[in-house]
Amino acid sequence: MIELSDYLMLGGILFSISVAGIFINRKNLIVLLMCIELMLLAVNMNFVAFSYFLGDMSGQVFVFFILTVAAAEAAIGLAILVVLFRNRRTIDVEDLDALKG
Amino acid sequence: MGFEKFLFYVLAATVIAAAGMVVTRRNPVHAVLFLVVAFVASAMLWILMDAEFLAISLVLVYVGAVLVLFLFVIMMLDVDIATLKAQFIRHLPLALVVGVIMLIEIFMVVGPGNFGGESFPTPAHHGADYSNTRELGLLLYSVYIYPFEIAAVILLVAIVAAIRLTLRHRPDTKYIDPARQVSVRKGPDRVQIVRMPPEPRRVPPTTPQTVSAQGEEDAS
Repeated sequence: MIELSDYLMLGGILFSISVAGIFINRKNLIVLLMCIELMLLAVNMNFVAFSYFLGDMSGQVFVFFILTVAAAEAAIGLAILVVLFRNRRTIDVEDLDALKG
Repeated sequence: MGFEKFLFYVLAATVIAAAGMVVTRRNPVHAVLFLVVAFVASAMLWILMDAEFLAISLVLVYVGAVLVLFLFVIMMLDVDIATLKAQFIRHLPLALVVGVIMLIEIFMVVGPGNFGGESFPTPAHHGADYSNTRELGLLLYSVYIYPFEIAAVILLVAIVAAIRLTLRHRPDTKYIDPARQVSVRKGPDRVQIVRMPPEPRRVPPTTPQTVSAQGEEDAS
């Protein structure tokens, strides 16, 4: 039998890999966006697992909303990325220091 | 039941391996293709959990739209990969430390002790007459109708924002502005009426060409 903890640990491994990927890929903003997509996938995995094991369909509705928001976030993020590359000719995170933060 | 467990382990290993390749590949195109593998394998995992509609929508929305959008942006940007390869190793120890700490913490919380089979028994799969799409639609269009409409508005905002951000006016392109064409008024924009006194008619018509027609119209 596949237990709930199996799915939850899979989601945890996926989330940890994507957090590590955000630290590794500091030079490439596109891969950072992909790591955020992987994080959302891990969260969605947890939602679907709880929805199945608790017998409640509301978790799948929330996955639906997360998919919607993630699609909007990817579209706006990539648009910002295109504008950024058009102005600065780079997508390196270290070079994006116009706000001096 | 053994085959289902075997299928879970194969798909989970595929997802984890593909995610590891996504974060370590230097070429962003390869990273996107491994991300496709991860999404398709997790869609299969969701089918194992009776979430067929979400699995199909994950493949259609993510693999079909979002990742293709990523591919288009990567191909448009013309990023130099050689400069991206530098300083890859520098952040690797920090990433490993953070990732391993987070993994250990998550395992301590969600491990088999807290969410194992005795406290959350695995439910039986639904029969062939069960429609996941129907159940999801009933819930979505009754209880969650207002969040659903807000999600639609969020998508609209995303469309408008993405178009507005990437819209570029090129001043060297010649084009017709219909608004300016329509808004031309009859008086000062299109016809210029010049007032001049009447002149006696000469036998050889030697009037200057510029004011001849308008002078007669004004005199009449």
